[in-house]
Amino acid sequence: MLEAILQVLPQVILDGLVLGFVYAMIALGYTMVYGVLELVNFAHSDVFMVGAVVGVEVFRYMGNPDWGWNPWLVLLIAFVLAALIAGGVNMLAERMAYRPIRMRGGNSTLIPMITTIGVSFIIQDVVRLIEAIWHNQFFLQFRSAPVFESVLSFPPGADFPLISIKIGAIVVIVASLIMLGGLLYLVNRTKLGTAIRAVAQDRVTASLMGINPDTIISRTFLIGGAMGGVGGVLWAILFPTISPYVGFLPGLKAFTAAVLGGIGNLSGAMVGGLVLAQLETLGGVFLPILTNNVLGTEYKDVIAFLVLILLLLFRPQGLLGQQVSEKV
Amino acid sequence: MMTLLESQRSNIYVPIGLALLSALLLPTVGGVFAALAVGLLLGCAVYQHISQSAKMLILAFTTIATCVGIRLETHNDWYFIIMVLTLVAAVTLKAPNWFKAVLGGFILLVGMFIFGFANSFYFELAIQIAIYSAMALGLNIVVGQAGLLDLGYAAFFAIGAYTWAIFGSAQANQFIAGGGFPLNGVWIYAFFFIAIITTAITGLLIGLPALRLRGDYLAVVTLGLGEVVRVVANNLNKPVNITNGALGITPVTRPPLGWFSDMLSGFGVPEQLHYQIFFYLLVLIIIALIVVVNINLNNSRYGRAWVAIREDEIAAKAMGVPMLQTKLIAFMTGAAFSGAMGVIFASQRTFVSPESFTLLASVVIMSYVVMGGMGSIQGVILGTTTLIILNLDILKNISGQLNTWRQEGLVISPLFTIVVAVLILLGLWLLRMPIYAKIAIGILAGLILFRLTGYNLATLPSQLEPTKYERLIFGIILVLMMIFRPQGLIPEQRHQIEDQEARLEASSKGGKA
Repeated sequence: MLEAILQVLPQVILDGLVLGFVYAMIALGYTMVYGVLELVNFAHSDVFMVGAVVGVEVFRYMGNPDWGWNPWLVLLIAFVLAALIAGGVNMLAERMAYRPIRMRGGNSTLIPMITTIGVSFIIQDVVRLIEAIWHNQFFLQFRSAPVFESVLSFPPGADFPLISIKIGAIVVIVASLIMLGGLLYLVNRTKLGTAIRAVAQDRVTASLMGINPDTIISRTFLIGGAMGGVGGVLWAILFPTISPYVGFLPGLKAFTAAVLGGIGNLSGAMVGGLVLAQLETLGGVFLPILTNNVLGTEYKDVIAFLVLILLLLFRPQGLLGQQVSEKV
Repeated sequence: MMTLLESQRSNIYVPIGLALLSALLLPTVGGVFAALAVGLLLGCAVYQHISQSAKMLILAFTTIATCVGIRLETHNDWYFIIMVLTLVAAVTLKAPNWFKAVLGGFILLVGMFIFGFANSFYFELAIQIAIYSAMALGLNIVVGQAGLLDLGYAAFFAIGAYTWAIFGSAQANQFIAGGGFPLNGVWIYAFFFIAIITTAITGLLIGLPALRLRGDYLAVVTLGLGEVVRVVANNLNKPVNITNGALGITPVTRPPLGWFSDMLSGFGVPEQLHYQIFFYLLVLIIIALIVVVNINLNNSRYGRAWVAIREDEIAAKAMGVPMLQTKLIAFMTGAAFSGAMGVIFASQRTFVSPESFTLLASVVIMSYVVMGGMGSIQGVILGTTTLIILNLDILKNISGQLNTWRQEGLVISPLFTIVVAVLILLGLWLLRMPIYAKIAIGILAGLILFRLTGYNLATLPSQLEPTKYERLIFGIILVLMMIFRPQGLIPEQRHQIEDQEARLEASSKGGKA
């Protein structure tokens, strides 16, 4: 049994890494919003889904091989459009729904959270409605370019390669590394990033320093949504079947990842995403082997939940988070 | 506006006129027009400043009018809605308790039967309303009173439903030898308590880690629980077949009716209605129990502690309210309610599958609570009733209408476009919003209308089916309620008092200035 495990281990770790980067991209959206508003944005999983659907649509119309568009260019267009539209949707939701509630005041966390659930459902069915009118179907298939589907193996030319990876998966890793690096630069080095951190620390004091918290919150939603949107396109490359309800599970796991890393902490979200994805892929492959097929791969979705429960029991502040006392 | 209201103050002739009109319309024209007259009459009772006895008379009149109406027509949803609204008005308006009891009892025990015998669809509707009201009342303890966001409510429902479904069907023979299953239907009453215990223990296991932390964690953990229960129910058909996987379990045994059935047959009630009547009465009794428990809890030490936590957690902690214990009790009580209703659900449907217990189910029940008013018992029942009628009845009718138009190949005429355009312009002119938003909406609406003119509905995409977009509707309801009326249709009494105090304070300040 051990031999069987060792044989597939490198491949499984690689798959987990690829998945982990996507989780990290989504988890950032949760953690940024939580950082500035202390709000769990349940609609973020659907903002992510919007990105995936935009990716599908771009490739549907521009990815036709007969048209001779360069697939890399199409991918870039998909990224930009997905980031803009998903970020825009997130920002619009903030402007239309969360802000009026915030303005009314009150210290209940219940009301904003219920609102995000409502927004989440609205986004799902509006996307479904648009797809129903547009194509009369809402289960979509991502039409990938042949370039992304070709496989690299190591060692090259072997009959049973140790690891093999699609170009698409490499794209996922590279794109998310760039985005994550860019985000860290934005938050830590630029003026906007400083303002975001200031608002996250103390909204009132930040407003005394000449920062308009509402603008900054709006930008935070835009940036978080854009990250989620690009994450959606990457998800579509990895898992080509997309529907308006596809965001729920990755969203739940990405939130778990954000908690795992310490919610409100940017590098924590990335680490959390990578760790959670490893646990999940390892569990998905080794659970059936270890339990002699009693527990199948289907139970891999339960792993994220168990991680969450254990985490809340033993280290609720997360891997990289610090224990903070609640503000009064 | 004010003068208009004042001029109506003692005007008794409008309700009298409407009463005569509806008495005239009911047997002759019927349909929407009669319902409209009765509905307006009910509106008079609620909104007009008339004497209490006149209001009571009107309510009694609308009840009888709807019952007569349904006898004459057998299918008119408006009568059903108006009768339900009459019930709500009777409970919420200021009236003597004997009147509330008599009218409420009449509507629930006589009116409902008149509707049910006229058209058994109304019984089905009433059972759904009753089951979900009971569930919403359970969730109301968690969300409304203690202010904890529980998104896995359907998971507890599922645990309760499966508890009975497995042992109340042949399913249990798969892993317990002897072939003693399905159990006799009488066991269902024992399984109520078993389901209550199992779901309460699950609630304890989930709540213990999650409730020590901020409220958001509970939301996410319960969200995860909902998913886990679904995954487990879907996959626990191997190595031992316990839940029968995605296929679900059927048939689930129903409790035996015995003398009850004989009695109904004695009254000449057709056989197929017996179980419906039984479940309707059973759920009514349960609701009565739940309401009593709810009211008592509300005024107990725990009820007050829950409200304290809901309003300000840190202040409550400072006052010495034991956090974990108090929250756990709320969470477990809600879970137990849900589990008990799961048993009824399983035996009423006689079919249980994982697809009934998705996140959507949890959020739908939460919308009922939010719509009616978090923490308010009448409100929750009203919210459930409204949304179930909307979902099971009105949406279905719209879908049906759309399909008829689709088959007839209706073409959208330019006249319709012009009317809608004028309405949109009027709305844009009257509503307060930034000018760029107005321009954007105007352009968008104009483009859509331009495309729609001359559009043949026969070419409408078949995926466009209003009943399939319930998420959209529940999402919109949640968001709109949260933005414009977070206290719900009928606010909790504590909130009402707070609102009044705030208004008094504001007016006294205004008076001084």
